[in-house]
Amino acid sequence: MSTARVEHTNAATGLSPHPERATMEGRNKIIGFWLFLGAETVMFACFFGVYLALRNSSLDGPTTQELYHIPMVAVSTLILLFSSLTSVLGVVGMQQHNYKKTMFWFGVTVLLGASFLALEIYEFFVYVGEGHTFTSSAFGSAFYTLLGTHGAHVLFGVCWITGLLFQARKRGLTQEMAPKFFVASLYWHFIDVVWVFIFTVVYLMGKVG
Amino acid sequence: MATIVVLVVFALFLGAILTGGYNKELNNRLRSHWLWDWITTTDHKKIAVLYLLGGTFFFVIGGIEALLMRTQLLFPNNDFIVGREFNELLSMHGTNMIFFVAMPLLFALMNAVIPLQIGARDVAFPFLNALGFWLFFFGALLMNLSLLFGNSPDSGWTNYVPIASNVYSAGTGIDYYVLGVQISGFGTLMGGLNFIATIINMRTPGMSFLRMPLFTWTSFVSSALILFGFPPLTAGLFLVMFERIFGANFFDVAAGGNPVIWQHLFWIFGHPEVYIVILPAFGIMSEVISTFAKKRLFGYNSMVFATLLIGFLGFMVWAHHMFTVGMGPVANSIFAIATMAIAVPTGIKVFNWLFTMWGGKIRFTTAMLYAVGFIPTFVMGGVTGVMLASPPGDYQYHDSYFVVAHFHYVLIGGTVFGILAGCYYWWPKMFGYKLNEKLGKWSFWIFFIGFHLTFFIQHFLGFFGMPRRVFTYQPEDGVTMINQISTVGAYMQALGVILIVVNVIYSYRHRTPAGSDPWDGRTLEWTIPSPPPVYNFAQLPKVRALDAFWHEKMQGNKQMEPAEPLGPIHMPNNNHLPFLMSLGMFVSGLGFVFRSWEVGALGLAFFFLVMFLRSFEKDHGYHIETDEIQRIEKGANA
Amino acid sequence: MTLLLAVFAVFALVLTGCEEPAKSVFDPKGSAGEKNLDLIMLSVYIMTFVFVVVMAIYFYVLIRYRQKPGDNTIPKQVEGSMKMEMFWIIIPVILLVILAIPTLTTTFTLAEKPSEEEDALRVKVTAHQYWWEFYYPDLGIKTAQELHIPAGKRVHLELTSDDVVHSFWVPELGGKQDMTPGRTNHMWLDAKEPGVYAGRCAELCGASHALMNFEVVADEQSDFDKWVAKRQKPSSEPRTAEQEAGKKVFSQNCMSCHAIEGTELKTSGGKGPDLTGFGERQKVAGLLENNDENLDKWLKHPDEIKPGTYMPSFDFLNEKDMKNLKIYLESLE
Repeated sequence: MSTARVEHTNAATGLSPHPERATMEGRNKIIGFWLFLGAETVMFACFFGVYLALRNSSLDGPTTQELYHIPMVAVSTLILLFSSLTSVLGVVGMQQHNYKKTMFWFGVTVLLGASFLALEIYEFFVYVGEGHTFTSSAFGSAFYTLLGTHGAHVLFGVCWITGLLFQARKRGLTQEMAPKFFVASLYWHFIDVVWVFIFTVVYLMGKVG
Repeated sequence: MATIVVLVVFALFLGAILTGGYNKELNNRLRSHWLWDWITTTDHKKIAVLYLLGGTFFFVIGGIEALLMRTQLLFPNNDFIVGREFNELLSMHGTNMIFFVAMPLLFALMNAVIPLQIGARDVAFPFLNALGFWLFFFGALLMNLSLLFGNSPDSGWTNYVPIASNVYSAGTGIDYYVLGVQISGFGTLMGGLNFIATIINMRTPGMSFLRMPLFTWTSFVSSALILFGFPPLTAGLFLVMFERIFGANFFDVAAGGNPVIWQHLFWIFGHPEVYIVILPAFGIMSEVISTFAKKRLFGYNSMVFATLLIGFLGFMVWAHHMFTVGMGPVANSIFAIATMAIAVPTGIKVFNWLFTMWGGKIRFTTAMLYAVGFIPTFVMGGVTGVMLASPPGDYQYHDSYFVVAHFHYVLIGGTVFGILAGCYYWWPKMFGYKLNEKLGKWSFWIFFIGFHLTFFIQHFLGFFGMPRRVFTYQPEDGVTMINQISTVGAYMQALGVILIVVNVIYSYRHRTPAGSDPWDGRTLEWTIPSPPPVYNFAQLPKVRALDAFWHEKMQGNKQMEPAEPLGPIHMPNNNHLPFLMSLGMFVSGLGFVFRSWEVGALGLAFFFLVMFLRSFEKDHGYHIETDEIQRIEKGANA
Repeated sequence: MTLLLAVFAVFALVLTGCEEPAKSVFDPKGSAGEKNLDLIMLSVYIMTFVFVVVMAIYFYVLIRYRQKPGDNTIPKQVEGSMKMEMFWIIIPVILLVILAIPTLTTTFTLAEKPSEEEDALRVKVTAHQYWWEFYYPDLGIKTAQELHIPAGKRVHLELTSDDVVHSFWVPELGGKQDMTPGRTNHMWLDAKEPGVYAGRCAELCGASHALMNFEVVADEQSDFDKWVAKRQKPSSEPRTAEQEAGKKVFSQNCMSCHAIEGTELKTSGGKGPDLTGFGERQKVAGLLENNDENLDKWLKHPDEIKPGTYMPSFDFLNEKDMKNLKIYLESLE
């Protein structure tokens, strides 16, 4: 596009300190992704609102106080927070043009994300056993919608970053790969922030009542 | 059994795509077909034409639905179309007109014009742009298939629960609405996101924010409203979908749910939506009035400020659609005051348009006629809007024909007039020839008079106690003649629309090249050939003032000063993946409508698969070399 | 263009002259309706003023500044004028304040709840697809389709719905209020003079939304008291052999949905309108004039009258049973 001149330099060798912003495509991608995250925020805010409106409608099923197991959720929270840190390390590696470092830390991020998902699935399993299901009450529906939407985002993030790792193995850290990693780490921070809100609003406030 | 068949077909399909093991010759023939070029295009100008065609197609459907309804209302206790069928008509009409007519037609103009107005060679995300269009198209198609398959949505475009829940609307009707609107909503969101990024990042040197033409500004704000306004709808539609298809309980009182949640989510989206479709129309009016009055827009800065303020306040007033829900006098009062506040920036706009014409040299072209007809019509819609903002008054107007009259004044008098003005104005730029002015003026007057005939007296229907969305009325209500006049007006509007279509065909047959600047324009789009070459600007122009082209003309220059030397231009490749992704969504939507989880899941899986394919695709675009550009430019100027 | 609008306005007036609308917001018959109208008229005056000012400038501009043939001079490019713009910011703000103040006071007045000492009538209104249930908790009366109130007295309504969202609207007596399942809304109204006022459901509620009509019957206090006494001691027992036979048909076919007080056939009913005193109602199904022919139509083919109604068709009853059933129903007082 308009930065055709930039494109004409050889991309493989001349990586800038901020390779993700080196091209017009990269800059567009980043601003576009921030905008997308804005939209996502609004959607999550709506699901939070729905949850807050319906959290006391548990009918015969367990209430929030009876249901939540804070220690397990705290472990999930730690895992996800830590994975946010590792994704930052991955981006730092990328900006240092350090292929190995980038691959390692993003790899760790994926693993942590996957273990978070495993814990969440186990948690849902326990809840279903206690009679708290998607269809049992309005509370159940709102809970699983909010948590499920977040979980689906984590799942998508795990698949996405895994895909990027494969790509980077084939192509190396190019000017084209840089914005992709950067944007994926933005996304990963975002789902982490959403989780912090879920931990506070759903679990901690649910325990207090 | 059906599942296995679907699975096998799907596997074959996938295999074919991934291995390339299909008939190579057929493939080549497909790729050289003209239709393939349109399906795979990522050129914003072609996508604009696609939006225009799509929007027009659904406009015809929505219009026929309106005529059928008005025909039913010709006599008291008429039995032409009654009960659920009538409810289906009103729901399809509303949903079609808002989501699948107003928005795509505006997107058509935005796609065609914004990159040209800001001096860009393309939008920020050509791939996303194409994906946005195809998602819109398949979403709209999915919903309108219900007309063929029977059992259409029947709960109004507002789709209030519980009449939209399984118990009170059995069958597939609402599912078409939920999935169709959801899919096209994703597309709209992408379109809006693309325009924001384009306007922020792709402006030509010198094109500062406060030098952007007003149409670009209003589209920018409107895109921001799309970005933050559509997610609540997405969330709400998910809830309805989960409730209808997976047995969740968000709205069922017996299970602890609350139906008012949907109303809030819908209107948090719904009110910004009103501004999403009116703001770009304001922008078009500003361009048209300024051009045909030969004057700079009066109070440009305050126009921009008013646009921003309207956009901001648009998010604060959703509950004025819910004054009768019983939120209590405090909430009602707050939302009433916030709503009234919107009248101020809107007033600024109206007066600034008037004073743009003041002292000008007004030329009454068809585009200008629509702009001029827009002012009194929109002011009518605006003042009834302020009336509606007052809760005690609203208790009487709410859900009556008064509201119907009000929003048709705003949506037809504002948005449709705006779109038509924009079409007449930018047609020569988009297609290289003008629309016929004589036919255009005839159709304007017929449409304009028909419009007022239909809707002005509907205010009185509301005062005389006729609720909206009713399929009949009683002879003793004493509203028969008003309804009959309204119906006559509706047919007159239809005649006006037919004339517009005739005009398009006639003008195409008798086309003569319009040249690059047929209206003595003021902005960048008039500096390049009509229709523009694929790369728009051979050299990016250097903008030195608001109304950049006019500024150069006043300086005695015939062209813009280039901001860069002539060089090779990088362009995006065509891509068929947006079409495939949208097709996946469409199949998935159909699957969920017919409660076939396998098809639903497969469609989604296909969507994500293609998405990952896209991520692995090496798509660097192509370059147009300098001599090629020189050749094209020579051809265009010859 | 205002010319056109003016023509339309005159047109509309002429229309209302030759075809009298049965009910009009402009002709309120109760104090809530009057309060609504006061505010409506205030906003109409302000908005007419705005419209006239805009149109005056508009026509002046369009006539004065059209391009004359052959005139190719370029008009002066004006940037704007802060002073003028302040003018059309401040004036609208003042106009809006003028509208906002009475808006707020009226909003709060209309939301008043019954005070302890007020001797007001309370009615619980429940909407169903497509009929209205009226329950007077202080009087122990349940009725349907006709809301009886004493004229000149404030009536407090508690509005709720049994199925989907409906909206209660009697244009001559006041504005509307939604009836949402799971919540109870409150509104008050009064009728200044005795009379029959048409009511409508104003929120799309299904196939027969257009036909979900009801009536408010306002009587003098003494007549209202008589009506109350009659409802509390209804005359529902058959007095002739035909009525006796009709009652039997009723007990075999209708009782699972409809209740009639004052007989030994105690039934919870509730799925359909309470039919106590049916013979005195003005309308069948809230819609058709209450006579033998219409009752016959309704019993035999209810779906043709109200599409989507839950009332099943009773065209399988033989002539005699049908006749006796109708006679019994019309005898209920």
